[in-house]
Order: sequence, then structure tokens, then C-alpha cells
Amino acid sequence: MIGKDGVEQADLLVREGVVADRAPSLGVPVGAHVVDATGCWVGPAFVDLHAHLREPGGEAAETIESGARAAAIGGYSLVVAMANTEPAIDSAALVEYVLSRGSRARVEVAVAGAITVGRRGESLAPMAEMAARGVRLFSDDGDGVQDPAVMRRAMLYAAGLGVRVAEHCEDARLVAGGSMNEGALSSRLGLVGRPAMGEELMVLRDIELARWTGAAIHFLHLSTARSLAMVVAARREGVNVTCEVAPHHFTLDESACADFDPLYKVNPPLRRAQDVAALRAALVRGEVDAVATDHAPHPPESKDLPFDEAPAGVLGLEHAAALTYEALGSEQCDPHRFFDVLSRGPARVARVRHEDFYPRHGGHGGALHVGEDANLVVFDPSSRWVVDRDDLHGRSRNTPYHGRAMRGRVRATIARGVLVVDEGELT
Amino acid sequence: MIDSLRGQNLLDLGDLSRDAIVEVLDAAESFVEVNRRTVKKVPALKGRVVASLFFEESTRTRLSFETAAKRLSADVLSLAVASSSVKKGESLRDTIATIDALGIDAVVLRHRSSGAARQVSRYVPHVRVINAGDGLHQHPTQGLLDAFTVRRTLSERRGVSGASTGADLFDGLHVLIVGDIMHSRVARSDVDAYTALGAQVHVCAPATLLPAEVATWPVTIDEDFDDALSRADVVGLLRLQHERGSGVFVPSTAEYTMTHGLTLDRARRLKPDALILHPGPMNRGVEVDSRVADLPASLVTRQVASGVPVRMAVLFLSIVGTAKGEDQ
Repeated sequence: MIGKDGVEQADLLVREGVVADRAPSLGVPVGAHVVDATGCWVGPAFVDLHAHLREPGGEAAETIESGARAAAIGGYSLVVAMANTEPAIDSAALVEYVLSRGSRARVEVAVAGAITVGRRGESLAPMAEMAARGVRLFSDDGDGVQDPAVMRRAMLYAAGLGVRVAEHCEDARLVAGGSMNEGALSSRLGLVGRPAMGEELMVLRDIELARWTGAAIHFLHLSTARSLAMVVAARREGVNVTCEVAPHHFTLDESACADFDPLYKVNPPLRRAQDVAALRAALVRGEVDAVATDHAPHPPESKDLPFDEAPAGVLGLEHAAALTYEALGSEQCDPHRFFDVLSRGPARVARVRHEDFYPRHGGHGGALHVGEDANLVVFDPSSRWVVDRDDLHGRSRNTPYHGRAMRGRVRATIARGVLVVDEGELT
Repeated sequence: MIDSLRGQNLLDLGDLSRDAIVEVLDAAESFVEVNRRTVKKVPALKGRVVASLFFEESTRTRLSFETAAKRLSADVLSLAVASSSVKKGESLRDTIATIDALGIDAVVLRHRSSGAARQVSRYVPHVRVINAGDGLHQHPTQGLLDAFTVRRTLSERRGVSGASTGADLFDGLHVLIVGDIMHSRVARSDVDAYTALGAQVHVCAPATLLPAEVATWPVTIDEDFDDALSRADVVGLLRLQHERGSGVFVPSTAEYTMTHGLTLDRARRLKPDALILHPGPMNRGVEVDSRVADLPASLVTRQVASGVPVRMAVLFLSIVGTAKGEDQ
């Protein structure tokens, strides 16, 4: 049991959706289903701040139901569905639509509402209406809010509502036409680059806007050493910043693009090896609030396009935990850090914890205390396995990890008190 | 690294060793003779099918490749996809599968996207893929024909056959490439060809037209164009697209001509035996003065003439090296 304060070997009883008992040894009540977690880590199930579930509008790639299947396999009890659907989630009605689909899915689905109408970056979306339906995170992800005046207004407004804005930091003009990291490799490959500066200038801008407005800002998928350093410094100065990193950014570097395989095309792009190392070091040091997947399903035909025309994005939900375990040092991985970045940190950012006032969602990222909502994961750090894209549980196959040897695997997931994954399989 | 093009794809000149490049140049020398005959045809690729698939229009390159294939007696399937129904967003895999179903030995591919030839080579591993220009990435046969033209000219001056010189004539040769390096697939292939052959490559351009982190390229970056010109043995000019000289990358084409155009005045700084190359089509009066383009030092028409034998060599080596070729 990886509690908030310590590690102990114990039995834990889940009954009627909550942690009913926890003790070094419990008897098995009649009719109880036993999950043997010997040798495993038991902790709060994971929370993903950043999943593209594609519904409505992109059901060929993923649905809320299929994305939730992948999430359950990955050990998640809650995922935040990003707003860049078709149409964008920019109204209370669309929020209700996603929440109602999510209520029937295997894991809980929270919603990130759009910051601006249609994610066009022009006029503010009805944030108060969406907040009244439980939305706590707002983002135009897929694109950053380009106009600093619009972003300043959005942050002032969000601060007044007590909600957080989440920014995809890339200056559209600096990265225009680009399909991989700008540098020696893009230069040799003749691919137009997306310079690190395109991300960093917007991080810098938004830190200053947050400092001035007092708003809470969350930085999505930071990919460069310098972006992280700026956010860490701002946090030290008392600016209300949080940040996430995505597994592909701390696992793969730009050299993966050398053969023009669009599977490795993501925004922001895979960066240099030294950025990957900096992200891993920041994870180990606890400077990152969350690992977030940026799970971005695409149908196979879209990855058969030329590199510069193919859509950006990779799958993430099923592999994030193992990749995080690896990044945190495998056998040296500190289990507290592991659950901090995969569960407690993101639950704090999304405000879906037991102690948050959040009527739409139960308590996630908990401490395994008796009385908490039962959102739990059993992670087996000793499991060794190989990724096979034909074994995926969502609708799409665009994983960049096919054939990769992994350490650590989710053995069981309990979401909303229900055992949704047992022995590594959907129940 | 490929040491011989036999049976191999030609996707990126950076994949080819010096030996592989010399092998192509030597084979091209032998095909020059074919092009001088009354009957300009050899049966080397009789019964073989070469598809020429141009997603981006280029009459000159397409004609050159198709002429080369026909002189080797190959059947040519010519598909000018740029003008057909293929629009941005159609699956590259679907298009190539359709062509492959017709039964082909090789495909000559021109595409507006960098890496398209590499991707196609993964879709049809049994077909030889010849890259005829992919986005900003590579134009390998242009790099080969530029090197071929330089070697042939220099060997003629010495009264020896090109094939007898291997890569010797490139040893220590100063090649200056000028202009829009950033957006030029020709520049990338030229740099690969000349450096593999042992030349010292220099580049010179306004900083906005140099590729990102050009310092990592195996070239010298010359800031003073006039000084660089006076030391160059070969000057390779690149086309400046008009839209890039309209305030986007440089303020105007006139200003580009002032800073980096090969004007008549500047041409006087050239060594007396310097060679001038341009992949065409030229913007006379922009990157090169019309009178300079017509100087004897200018090899522009020789470059075009080299296209056919060099592409014959590429098609021949690439196709006959395959299993089907060996039993002939």
C-alpha cells in the first residue's frame, strides 16, 4: 500500500464504492472477490489530465467508451477529456453530453472546457456555465491561445471563477508549417521545424500573465529543458503554475523522426536527447506536477500520409505507467513519486480529490484512508512485457512503442468502486 | 551506408558512399556514348517496367527520367499525378498500391513532401524507388548529375576520360553553393555528393536562407560572398523562389541580387577556370546575370545533357541488381 505518508503491507477491503477497511490482515468476507496484490504496489488509481477521446466528431479514431477501456487498462480511474472535439466542447450542453457518455464508461470522465468559442482564440467561451457543471480546467489544447489580450482576459475571468486555464504552448506563427523539432536533424531531413522557442516564448508570456492576473495556469505537455526551468522558477517565485509532461516527450527524442515515420509526429514535437534527459531529471526531482498522456488516437489511414501532412499525436493511456516507472529509474523508482505524478498531482490540478468540492466526480488521488472513494490501482513493478499494437484496447493503433520492452504493468484497476481491470484484462 | 547502388533504392544521397557515387558516375560515362548513337537505345532493361509518378509537376525532370528509361528499353508508365485526382490528404499508401498492382520494377517518385520516397519504399519493398525530388529533402539524381558534369568538364580539360579519374578530381576542390539553401533539396543532395567525393563545400546565403543549425553540416559557412567567389573552383547557384524574395525571407529580389546575385561585376572575381552550375530553371537577373549565365564557364546546358546518362546509370544499377535482373 503506497499511502500518502508511508508504505505498508496490508489488506484493503472495498465495499459499496468506498475503502471500507484497511489492516495488516483482514478476513475475506463472504462473496468478496480477492485481488492478489502480492509483490505489487497498491495506490490511488491514476488520473490523466490530458486525453483526446475524440467524441463527438472523431468516433472513427476513439469514443469515450473505447478511450475509457484503454484508460482502465492503463490504471486510470479518471481522465480529463480535452475540448478539441468537433464541435469543440465550448458550452454547457456539450459538457453535459460528454459527462453523460462518460457516466456509462468504465472510468470516470471529467471535461476540460474550451477557453474560447470554437477554440478559435477570439471570444471567451461561457466558462461560468461550464464551471457550474463541474468543469475545473479550461483549455484550447491542440492550439495555444495566440492573442495575448485574449489570454489575459481569459485568465482574469478564470481567476474570478476559481478555475484553472491549461495552455498548449506553441506560438502558431513560429511553428507554422513545422512537423518536427527544429534543429540539425530537421535541417538535414528538409522538414520545416517547430522551434523550441515557439513553445518557450509562450510559456514565458503565460507565466507573466499569470503573475499579473493572479490566475492559476497549467502548462500542458512541456517538452523542453528551458520551458521546465522557467516554470520551476515561476513556481518558486509564487506564481500559481502547475505543469505536466507527456510520456513520449520523456521517452523518445527527435531522432525517432529520421525515417519519416508519421507515428512519431506530435505537437509539441519530440525534442533533443538533452531535453528528454532534463524532463526525466525533473520528474525524479519532483518538479513536475503530473505525467499526462496527451492520448491522441488517429485512424490508420491518417498515418499513411506524408510526414508533413499527417496529423500529430500518439496513443498514451495504456503505456504511461510503465514508461513513468522506467523514467523514474525502474528498480530505483520511488513509489511515492510514481503515485504523485500519475495520481495525486494530476488529481490536485484537476481538483477531483476527496477534499475538493467537486460534486460531479468522486475522490481520486487519495491516501488509501478508510472512507475514501475506491479508486485504486494494483501495479506490478516486476512485470516484463513487450508492447504489441494489436493488443491495444482503444479504437486506434498509433502507438510509437510497438515492440518496446516494458517494465511494470497494471494488474488491476478499481474505478468508482468497481473492479474494471483484473489480471491485466478488462472485466 | 550503401557501397553500391546495385539493387538498391536511391532515396537520399547521404546514404551513398564515395564508391557508390563513383560507380554511378562511371556507369553514366558509358551511357553518354549511347546517347550519341543514331539508334539511342540499349536493351539493358528490356521487359522491365518503370513507373514515373510525379505528384508535383516537373516537366524537365520527368522527361529526363522517362527518356533515360526508354533508352534502356524499359516500358514506362507515366502518371502525372499532380494534375489528376490526387489531392492533398490522399493516402500515399493507396496511390502507390494502385500503381504497384500494375506490375512494376521501379518507381521514379517526385513529391512535394520531404520523406515521401522513404515512406513509399516501406510500402512496396519489392519495388526499387528512385527519388526524383522530395520536398525540401533530397534530389539525388540532381546531385549526381552535378558531380558528373563537374568531373566530366575537369577531366576533359586534362584530356583524360572521366571514368579513369574516380573521385580524384574532387580532392580539395572548393565548391561554393550560393542561395536559398534552406528550401533547396538540390543543395542537400549537392552537399552530400561533393563531400562524399572529397571536395570542400562552402555555402553562402543571407542568414534567413541558411538551414537551422547549418554549423552541423559538413560545410564551411562563408559570410563574405565576394571573398568566397574569388576562392571557388565551382559555384553552384540556386533558384530564388520569387515568394521568398518578397519580404518573407529577404526584403526583395533586387536586394538579393545586390547581396548574393552573381552579377557581371562579381563574375570578374572568379578564378579564370571556375565553373558555374545552376539546376534550372534560372531567374535571369535575380540569382545570376543573364550574361554570366551564357559565359563559357556556365555549365547549365551540360547539366541538362548529363541528366539522361546519369539517370540511365541510376535506373540500370538500381533495377538490374534485383533478383530478377541477375538471371538475365
